[in-house]
Amino acid sequence: MIEKKTVPMREQPVEQRIKNFDEVALGYSEEEAIKESERCLQCNKKPCVSGCPVNIEIPEFIKFIRERKFQQGIDIIHQTDSLPAVTGRVCPQEDQCQAVCVLKKSGEPISIGRLERFLADWEQKNNKTIKKQNITKNLSSKIAIIGSGPAGLACATDLAKIGYEVTVFEGYHKLGGVLTYGIPEFRLPKDIVEKEINLLKNLGVKFMTNILIGRVLTIKDLFELGFKAIFIGAGAGLPKFMGIPGENLNGIYSANEYLTRTNLMKAYLFPQYDTPIKKAKNVLVIGGGNVAMDAARTAIRLGAKNVYLAYRRSEQEMPAREEEIVRAREEGVKFMLLTGITKYFGDENGFVKQAQCIKMDLKEPDFSGRRSPVPKQGSEFILDIDQAIVAIGTTPNPILQKTTPELKTKPTGEIITNEFCMTSIPGVFAGGDIVTGSATVITAMGAGRKAAYYIDRYLTNL
Amino acid sequence: MSNFKILEKYLLAPKIHFVLVQAPLIAKKALPGQFVMVRITEKGERIPLTIADYDREKGTISIVFQELGKTTCDFAKMNPEEELLDLLGPQGNPTEINPKLIGKNIIIIGGGVGVAPTFPLVRRLKEEGVKVTSILGFRSKEYIFWEDRMKNVSDKLIITTNDGSYGKHGVVTDVLKELIELGENISHVFAIGPTIMMKSVCETTKINNIPTTVSLNALMVCGMGMCGACRVNVNEKNQFTCMDGPDFDGHKVNFDELMKRLDTYKKEECSCSKYI
Repeated sequence: MIEKKTVPMREQPVEQRIKNFDEVALGYSEEEAIKESERCLQCNKKPCVSGCPVNIEIPEFIKFIRERKFQQGIDIIHQTDSLPAVTGRVCPQEDQCQAVCVLKKSGEPISIGRLERFLADWEQKNNKTIKKQNITKNLSSKIAIIGSGPAGLACATDLAKIGYEVTVFEGYHKLGGVLTYGIPEFRLPKDIVEKEINLLKNLGVKFMTNILIGRVLTIKDLFELGFKAIFIGAGAGLPKFMGIPGENLNGIYSANEYLTRTNLMKAYLFPQYDTPIKKAKNVLVIGGGNVAMDAARTAIRLGAKNVYLAYRRSEQEMPAREEEIVRAREEGVKFMLLTGITKYFGDENGFVKQAQCIKMDLKEPDFSGRRSPVPKQGSEFILDIDQAIVAIGTTPNPILQKTTPELKTKPTGEIITNEFCMTSIPGVFAGGDIVTGSATVITAMGAGRKAAYYIDRYLTNL
Repeated sequence: MSNFKILEKYLLAPKIHFVLVQAPLIAKKALPGQFVMVRITEKGERIPLTIADYDREKGTISIVFQELGKTTCDFAKMNPEEELLDLLGPQGNPTEINPKLIGKNIIIIGGGVGVAPTFPLVRRLKEEGVKVTSILGFRSKEYIFWEDRMKNVSDKLIITTNDGSYGKHGVVTDVLKELIELGENISHVFAIGPTIMMKSVCETTKINNIPTTVSLNALMVCGMGMCGACRVNVNEKNQFTCMDGPDFDGHKVNFDELMKRLDTYKKEECSCSKYI
């Protein structure tokens, strides 16, 4: 008889975790992992594998956990996923592999993400290294990867594994892209990201920080330096603002700035660290995605008394993971659903003091299937705040495109690629958020892997 | 990339330092108007500093900075042979020089530490055949630097000091107004310096319809268009100083908003400088 319920994962209790930045979810112990793995039916159909954007052989690694063969288990994952400690934590498994699990028909699906995380953490704890695949070809070609976020790292790994000489260029002083500057410590500890990247260094991937391609080196320079193919995984890092009156008042941040200050620059440890962040009492976060939840939960940890989260639609339409919504609520974030912001008011020194909000109604679904919100006339109200964080999305960073006119883009900034992931410049490939607009870590990794496949094919046929 | 070794470092004026840094890739691409993002210590901030000069052959860039906050004080304590932890650049768009300015008279205004980045700009303008009058403003005689250097590249050089201890007594806008009143034909003004100075320059040139370019010094975190900390209101539109600037049409900049935004962390800066 299969246990209907999944083995729960231990978490830091709410009253404790809102006072620190340590990871909330504590992971499975060996016994818990084995117990959960025993729930897997090892079905023939394996719908989970096709539900995974990088097609991890899920039942196989679960089988190895059951047999306590953890090394074999993590080896299976590494065949297709270069950052299992990351994806095990931040993938929306409930919409992907777990959504199609056979067990879901009669109970809870198997907790694939937690098991993946268990193996990855086991590997990090035991200082293992990733095995190179049997190198069959003599691949001396140099490949440049632009951006060290999920897309770039996935692409780099796959190419390094088969023997290419890969160099990753990162603009920031630290590697990891959004994993480092964006996702908070309490959801994805930075030393986990660092260790994961160190595994890739052991694989022979070279990393260069403080290099922004498009400024200090151009695409043309990279070819002149002898790189035979280039992958652009520069992400969607340009924050959107609403363009409403008062949005440049002091104390109003883009979520990117708020999270970069906190995560990358460690402003939550100010003044031990030099970068400051405003510690506010009444914080308004605008948006309904994971980034909005991250910002709201960060504000709670920075000591805010009230954190309001305004979202124009209802909870049903929220793009954030359910788990994040639940945790944000548990931690005291006050949800203001069907609420928009129309204007800010500031004090005489230019600091925000109030937001004017308006209630929304939802219209019938439009062609995209989403129900669009319409303001309710006369429903405006004033909210006293001393900080606002705008988390309404990001668009591709235009610096590379601006300095590379031959690179064709959509009017909205995304780089155009063909079915082989190649851009309008021969030998230049792209993938991840810079092609699709902002999406998830795992879809970017999937795109990086796909591009790696076509880069290898391109170089082999050159 | 590391190995940003300090080759030379000395005081130009009280609390104003000159640093020559080994940075071959940056030196190869740098143009007037661009800046670098600097980080000094593991726990340090990323701060923008304008590139004061570059030598493509020697692979060096020059930075001139004033000790103001924690990071610049940390920087001030560094010595030759030591390496900067992080250096990103050249960032921002190079200063645009309209070909129509060739052969015309223009005015360059530099204030305080902002005089340094005017140097490569004036040199380039001169190379292009533009006639440059440089007006440089300092607090007093002891704060003056690069007078000879600027004289070499300018057609005319006027220095002002607030206390009259050297050159003309007064501020740069006094001289600017005089030149305008004398009926000099001025085709363009470039101003780099304290925000309040750039604001008052723009007020003067706006009345007289002289196109004016300013180089803004907004607060930055990323320096590459990812955080929006440096957003400024230009012509009622949001622009990112790091990516769309740092040069903007001075007549369209909302200076009052910028000055307020520059004071965002005044309180925190005080608590941080206690740790210096």
